[in-house]
Amino acid sequence: MQAQLRIRRFNPENGAKPWWGDYVLDDVKDTDSVLDLLHRIKWEVDGSLALRRSCAHGVCGSDAMRINGVNALACKMLVQRLKNDEHTVKIQIEPILGLSVLKDLIVDMEPFFEHYRSVQPYYINDTPTPEDGRERRQSQADRARFDDTTKCILCAACTTSCPSFWANDKYVGPAAIVQAHRFIFDSRDQGAEQRLESVGDSFGVWRCRTVFNCTSACPRDIEVTKAIAEIKTVLTTGNI
Amino acid sequence: MADVKIHTYDAVIVGAGGAGLMAALYASRKANVAVISKLYPTRSHTGAAQGGIGAALGNMEEDHWKWHAYDTMKGSDYLADADAIHTLCKEAVQTVIELEYMGLPFDRFPDGTISQRRFGGHTNNETGKPVMRACHAADRTGHMILQTLYQQCIKNNVNFLDEFHVVDLIRVEDTVRGVVAIEIATGQFHIFHSKAVLFATGGWGRCWEVTSNAHSLTGDGTAICLRRGIPLQDMEFFQFHPTGIFKLGILITEGVRGEGGVLINNDGERFMERYAPNIKDLASRDVVSRAIYLEVQAGRGINGQNYVHLDITPDVVNHYLEQDGEERRINRDYIEAKLPDIADFTRTYLGVDPVTEPMPVQPTAHYGMGGITTDLDGRVLLDAQKTVLPGLYAAGEVACVSVHGGNRLGTNSLTDLVVYGKLSGNHMADYCQTTELLPLPQNAADEIIGDFDRIRNSQGGVRPHEVRMKMQTTMTKNVSVFRTEDTMNEAISDLSKLRSEYQKIQIEDKGYQFNTDLLETWELGCLLELAEVTAVSALARKESRGAHARDDFPERDDEQWLQHTLCSKSDDGYELDYKPVVLKDEELNIEYIPKPRVY
Repeated sequence: MQAQLRIRRFNPENGAKPWWGDYVLDDVKDTDSVLDLLHRIKWEVDGSLALRRSCAHGVCGSDAMRINGVNALACKMLVQRLKNDEHTVKIQIEPILGLSVLKDLIVDMEPFFEHYRSVQPYYINDTPTPEDGRERRQSQADRARFDDTTKCILCAACTTSCPSFWANDKYVGPAAIVQAHRFIFDSRDQGAEQRLESVGDSFGVWRCRTVFNCTSACPRDIEVTKAIAEIKTVLTTGNI
Repeated sequence: MADVKIHTYDAVIVGAGGAGLMAALYASRKANVAVISKLYPTRSHTGAAQGGIGAALGNMEEDHWKWHAYDTMKGSDYLADADAIHTLCKEAVQTVIELEYMGLPFDRFPDGTISQRRFGGHTNNETGKPVMRACHAADRTGHMILQTLYQQCIKNNVNFLDEFHVVDLIRVEDTVRGVVAIEIATGQFHIFHSKAVLFATGGWGRCWEVTSNAHSLTGDGTAICLRRGIPLQDMEFFQFHPTGIFKLGILITEGVRGEGGVLINNDGERFMERYAPNIKDLASRDVVSRAIYLEVQAGRGINGQNYVHLDITPDVVNHYLEQDGEERRINRDYIEAKLPDIADFTRTYLGVDPVTEPMPVQPTAHYGMGGITTDLDGRVLLDAQKTVLPGLYAAGEVACVSVHGGNRLGTNSLTDLVVYGKLSGNHMADYCQTTELLPLPQNAADEIIGDFDRIRNSQGGVRPHEVRMKMQTTMTKNVSVFRTEDTMNEAISDLSKLRSEYQKIQIEDKGYQFNTDLLETWELGCLLELAEVTAVSALARKESRGAHARDDFPERDDEQWLQHTLCSKSDDGYELDYKPVVLKDEELNIEYIPKPRVY
């Protein structure tokens, strides 16, 4: 199969505006990932192509990008899902939206992590530990309550697919809310009050217009919109 | 020292995976510490660990840290040190509970305690049967550890320098003065001037073609230490995990077999019954990888190809559970709950649904048992006499304490990270209290800046990728699950040619900002050296032990080889030295007598 790739390129050092780089690769297989193709370009065609990547199997969250207009991890998006017919696959690749582009497919992640840190994304429990020196116990049902949101890998695919975030980057964004959810619904955690306060303000959950882009974009299949809705419910009813 | 920015800290930690973060949590309570990582911390490969962390909590059935220790020693093929293993297994219990106190969302047993599952080589020492020792959160235990430790670091205001790539250690005789790093976003060189340095940079699995390791696992810290005169221990012992996804190498956790999964050859036979009659599919990884290799060699790979099937489909699992006299049965929901990520991997990358079909697997380069020699406090040792290099520390996969010896047991890597990350972080912080900051030498970054200029300006026309592929091909062919003198000599000769080719390398990106072309090429230089050290160390060891299996010396030779290899760089290549294995823990008065290793 032949892959025809259009990649949004930008090099801050040569003063040029962003441009589209066109690349053709032959002998592409159904099971090749977009990351495999980007590596072929970088390693065989143009070494200056810049992207982040690490684990190459969808668990480290480095390589979120916009592939044919939709956010995905390059290492988890296979050619077979994109191909036009048995002989051709046309792929357009851009950096994720809403964060400044630093070079080619690399964006400035700092604003994203700032939002992450703003929800106190850590366990808070200052009660004495059990006297027998063993673990605190938690029922299987209580553990299941927040399982979905423990899966987040902070790839930013959700936040940068969200029209509310594009419109106003002060919005804390779905990824940070997912982190808040992971702790608010953990029966062992005691920081729910302050977290609800931080995600309950005008740049918090109420910016969510339930577009569901985040849920579609999540490479870990987290039901992001549902998690946001659960926090809205708690804010409305006062019951966790 | 033109245009190099200088920062001062008590200590710097290089790498932000499990070991680096655990060390950071402890060290930053007492000292001013910076954690420097070439990635964002949450991208670290600890996050890819799946099945569990080993600790004898005994939540579901009887277990003892001494059983864990014995299993670890046996798993190591008697090449690990008894005192290091005892610290690991004793501390494991409290450290796992501590992780729970940090909020780590372990799966739970019905009584609310931390859930545990079976894993390869972990046994009840009285019955010899597998024991539930692997504490887990589904099949994403490493992810939970990495996230939890990072969260706690945020809570405790740990200083992070993300996307700074450490490329050199500043060593003046037998003292350390800090590290040199490149700020990836700008290409700017920085010196981190400090009293102490801890390397926690992980492994070097990218020396091989089929590997479970991330692209970033290029052995940077290991190679930097080697270049600065520090010997590397037991580098011939590299673990091939038996169940990587065919061709891709992506890890399929041993937890699959812990939950009842079986390995099947082309004849439909559960072949591990022949190789390990007692614990079968849950034998140590080296044993299982060799078995798969031998099955393939005997023509019993699936459809004659070089892979076998790993089967977790309920019908097959329940059939063998019944045959083994076990009451437990599994169903679809159980698999989805306990192994969701591996189900996702095989569905995504192979189109195989593990609930209804077997998964094609082959051994995949996974874990370096060897590395930078340390003592029980993570202090780096310079020679066979165990001379300490004050201020230099290592923890995690990059280090060799040695708790894994010739073969690491599953789950013990995560245990190693948290236990020795904590001990070394603590010791380093105490060390910083008692010592003065020594002055930086003149032009401390000049040498490494020169190295980078050479790579940047080289016009030899050789693509880095060509060299990388050739290295991975020869290592996969010649220094793999089985080795012989001939294959290792071939590898050494190939690698020496590649070293010359590396001098003629040419990169395309001549810029400074996010120049990953340049950094990847420097990483390749690290891999090439570590590949050579591996092959040279392996050639010299004329026996078979743990992951080092030689067709020409098929037996373990305790008379001659009950010793650790130390490989250093010399003017004209590499130099080998040896030091005895510690089989007796004097403090606890426990001694291990090497026995034939039967599973």
